[in-house]
Amino acid sequence: MNDLVHRSAAELAAFIAHGDVSATEIAQAHLDRIASVDGEVRAFLHVDADGAMAAAHAVDDARRSGERLGPLAGVPVAVKDILVTRAVPTTCGSRILDGWVPPYDATVVRRLKDAGLVILGKTNLDEFAMGSSTENSAFGPTRNPWDLDRVPGGSGGGSSASLAAHLSPLAIGTDTGGSIRQPSAVTGTVGVKPTYGGVSRYGLVAFSSSLDQAGPSARSVLDAALLHVVIAGHDPLDATSIDAPVPPVVEAARSADVRGLRVGVVRELGGEGYQLGVEQRFRETVDLLASLGADVLDVSCPSFGYALPAYYLIAPSEASSNLARFDAMRYGLRVGDDGTRSAEEVMALTRGAGFGAEVKRRIMIGTYALSSGYYDAYYGSAQKVRTLIARDFERAYATCDVLVSPTTPTTAFRLGERADDPLAMYKADLCTIPANLAGNAAASFPCGRSPDDGLPVGFHVMAPVLADDRLYRVGAALEAAFEQAWGAPLLDHVPDLAGARPASPRPEVSR
Amino acid sequence: MSVDATVSTELPAYEEAVAGYEPVMGLEVHVELGTRSKMFCGCSTAFGAEPNSQVCPTCLGLPGALPVVNEVAVESAVRIGLALHSDIASWCRFARKNYFYPDMPKNFQTSQYDEPIAVGGWLDVELGGQSYRVGIERAHMEEDTGKSLHVGGATGRIHGAEHSLVDYNRAGIPLVEIVTKPVEVPADVAPAVARAYVAQLRDLLLALEVSEARMEQGQLRCDANVSLRPRGARPYGTRTETKNVNSLRSVERAVVFEVRRQAAVLGSGGTVHQETRHWHEDTGVTTPGRSKEEAEDYRYFPEPDLVPVAPEPGWVERLRAELPEDPASRRRRLQTEWRFSDLEMRDTVGAGVLRLVEETVAAGAAPQSARKWWLGELARRAREDGTEPAELPVTPAQVARVQSLVAAGTLSDPLARQVLEGVLAGEGGPDEIVAARGLAVVSDEGALGAAVERAIEGNPDVAAKVRDGKLAAAGALIGAVMKELRGQADAARVRELILERLAP
Amino acid sequence: MASITREEAAHLARLARLDLAPDELDHLAGQLGVILGAVAAVADVAAEDVPPTSHPLPLTNVARRDELRPSLGQAAALAGAPAAEDGRFRVPRILGEEA
Ligand SMILES: [Mg+2]
Ligand SMILES: [Zn+2]
Repeated sequence: MNDLVHRSAAELAAFIAHGDVSATEIAQAHLDRIASVDGEVRAFLHVDADGAMAAAHAVDDARRSGERLGPLAGVPVAVKDILVTRAVPTTCGSRILDGWVPPYDATVVRRLKDAGLVILGKTNLDEFAMGSSTENSAFGPTRNPWDLDRVPGGSGGGSSASLAAHLSPLAIGTDTGGSIRQPSAVTGTVGVKPTYGGVSRYGLVAFSSSLDQAGPSARSVLDAALLHVVIAGHDPLDATSIDAPVPPVVEAARSADVRGLRVGVVRELGGEGYQLGVEQRFRETVDLLASLGADVLDVSCPSFGYALPAYYLIAPSEASSNLARFDAMRYGLRVGDDGTRSAEEVMALTRGAGFGAEVKRRIMIGTYALSSGYYDAYYGSAQKVRTLIARDFERAYATCDVLVSPTTPTTAFRLGERADDPLAMYKADLCTIPANLAGNAAASFPCGRSPDDGLPVGFHVMAPVLADDRLYRVGAALEAAFEQAWGAPLLDHVPDLAGARPASPRPEVSR
Repeated sequence: MSVDATVSTELPAYEEAVAGYEPVMGLEVHVELGTRSKMFCGCSTAFGAEPNSQVCPTCLGLPGALPVVNEVAVESAVRIGLALHSDIASWCRFARKNYFYPDMPKNFQTSQYDEPIAVGGWLDVELGGQSYRVGIERAHMEEDTGKSLHVGGATGRIHGAEHSLVDYNRAGIPLVEIVTKPVEVPADVAPAVARAYVAQLRDLLLALEVSEARMEQGQLRCDANVSLRPRGARPYGTRTETKNVNSLRSVERAVVFEVRRQAAVLGSGGTVHQETRHWHEDTGVTTPGRSKEEAEDYRYFPEPDLVPVAPEPGWVERLRAELPEDPASRRRRLQTEWRFSDLEMRDTVGAGVLRLVEETVAAGAAPQSARKWWLGELARRAREDGTEPAELPVTPAQVARVQSLVAAGTLSDPLARQVLEGVLAGEGGPDEIVAARGLAVVSDEGALGAAVERAIEGNPDVAAKVRDGKLAAAGALIGAVMKELRGQADAARVRELILERLAP
Repeated sequence: MASITREEAAHLARLARLDLAPDELDHLAGQLGVILGAVAAVADVAAEDVPPTSHPLPLTNVARRDELRPSLGQAAALAGAPAAEDGRFRVPRILGEEA
């Protein structure tokens, strides 16, 4: 079976469970695939071949000795390099953590291991998850498998690219303002940001504590749901973790039933600045949902226009504090300790040298926003906007079961295109940020390719707190209908990475 | 006159300083709670472990680690607030206090800012038969920092050090910070009130069993704010904050020094700078901290990794009902039980040994005996060592044991003092020391008798005088017996034996 | 309201312990002004009567028992240290709090 890397996680798990293919063979197939194509894609920062093979062997041994295996036992997974892994380097895409080997596992990582998943390695990201293109990684950008001149989204571009390039059937991302969903959209994969508190943040290196949420990504909706239940659930080590049952996401993914589901189209998330091809696919998908029996209505969330500015105050403020610990005293990089300089000087030199431009920008903005004299106008006001956004959601959910929008206004942009224009870059998260501010569940599902450039478009679904299962119902219904219409999954159209890259025309944007 | 005189003789005497000015004090006390585990993680709080052996990802500030609040720390903070007659917040939060310092693993301290757990209240401080009400501003929860050792400087201080070595065992130990309102008491008693406040706060914390409050281990630390204003003036003067005044005696001395120093500054037409100052136990002076080019901006904001604390009213009332007795009524009750005179009670309270006496009595000693040891021998030793009786390495139970050996006739008073010396020297408990040093009074009648016989034989002249009825001469024989037995005999019994033998 | 001078940027960099080259500082000061100008819009809708939200979930009273959990141990604690000595983290001299 030499197309193991094209199989879904559910299929691979079934192969292993029935003894058709060993976990070791599957792990090896993926490691081989990484070795042959990741030189171009650069999805991984670190490939843990030994760890992966050892984990795969353990699953095979367990199966042979008749132990009960979990539903994803032996299936490979890629982990964003912002979740700490014991004895495996964790860099957060930053020079400042170069060489650091954590002495502990994140709860998400612990749960993956306990469920028998095989961790292939750590994927690339914008430094400390700050960015929407993965270009802010200190270790160089990841490329979009659909077009190697384009970004794979960000911050979790390594995870999304690893799925699209068939380097891994499953990936873990983290989403502070869209870092799971936007990369999923621009790579044609499935990405879910669970309800805030649904998945433990213990061991997730904090960018913005009140927004960060880890979640599953995959090439199919069912695979994402299977991964979701492995990593979700209450964790006593995270005080903000929800002590409630995990929503029935696998059942929802299997039901794929949207009949009678009230779908609200958010009026504010569209129009000016949105690529025409993206809007076209979005509208077609809404129509498709209606044809599948959903009730489609228009809703207005007037405060969403303030979500982006609020986010770019709250996230940098929390980040300026969260990233203070990177100070050259206890771990990571130390610069300038020549025996004459003070600790204070060495801290500043190390942080100056160890952080990239975007991280510095956000630390500076956060430091400013929290300063006495500015707190009320900036951070304080942003916290109020957060209340207004939560109220908008509450009002919308009174009439809708889910809300929908494009995941991001455009398809994948070119490497370098927005590199030194922070405001342009920030707009990639226009549609995804409100859900983070309110703690809602949200996801991106592939809804075809934009007619203007042939690149994937993401369909964004938002659901109330702890109603994550509704996302999967919508995603699975769309997936089934699209695959029937297209005759194959979207990702079957990813170019052969060994082949020539198709040049794509510039997309039109409405003004 | 030098503003920062380090020679205190250059300064006016305290009485002279307060002739024209009134001191106003503010006391901030940090208490390390006696929980088993730290504030936000499961690491041990035990004192004296190998450096960096009681740390985990959370208290070491490793990337990704998260805090979870210790419920006993919250309960202790609420009980402290209740005992100080504070209002307990129905809803409060933790906040991050952001500043960089190598002994602080996250470069922010998880603390409370504008939403503390306890607000308002008071502590009535007794001093010289008078009661002074010290108002409480607030009490809040926070975490301790690590500890730095400064290497390379001649003095072992920061100044001149080449590098520092950091131990994070203490980082994350729960603290409650108790802040007073401005303390405005008559100038002549102000320093003593400051000291008595800290002493009586410590007694309260011990009674609550929320902390061992050992100042020499840094479990109770005091920052003293002092300002002066011209006599009769309303507005406060500029204050200084003297950090880390870590013994009761130092609290008093530091206030005295700052009052004298500030009076000198103001008296010579200068201005007092609002600044942090450091207390030097050895020289008894304060010196200014490193001057900062810009004011600290701690950029407080609500701690997003923790959820608010909302003490349930029923629970708070239960804790209130279970509080130990109020200190003032406790003092009244004990005085009655112990039949102490007003003066005896005042001395006991004033010396800060009330609780020690109480515990010694609880361990079986008679009140007057317990009082005698703590106010006599042990108070003297504490003074010699520049410490407090409570900080001496001897427990009330050990004192009670020594006293019971005295009462049983096993030890004489001088022997008992030797036993206590041994305990203080770390040689073990009283019984071990009695055994090891062979200190027990010889009560074996055979051995005593033999010694008496030898004394009589060795001093025939004296013996003859006693036989002739000159009983006063027996003293020399008693002395000889005691000398032979190295003091370990009951002198009264020796006398009896001598007289029996030499009866006419 | 949101133009950031070089001096303000330098002050922020000091507060945040970021050693920045002069040209980096200039560039950042310009960008900060632009970004702050864009995000200042939050003040337009932050009315007096709107309560702030600092956390997406209305949880309270999440606490743990006062129980010990295993510590890392000295060796693991110091394993990542740039420098260590005598079981402690060795750091450059700390600018005096003491005079
Ligand atoms: Mg404090
Ligand atoms: Zn710890």
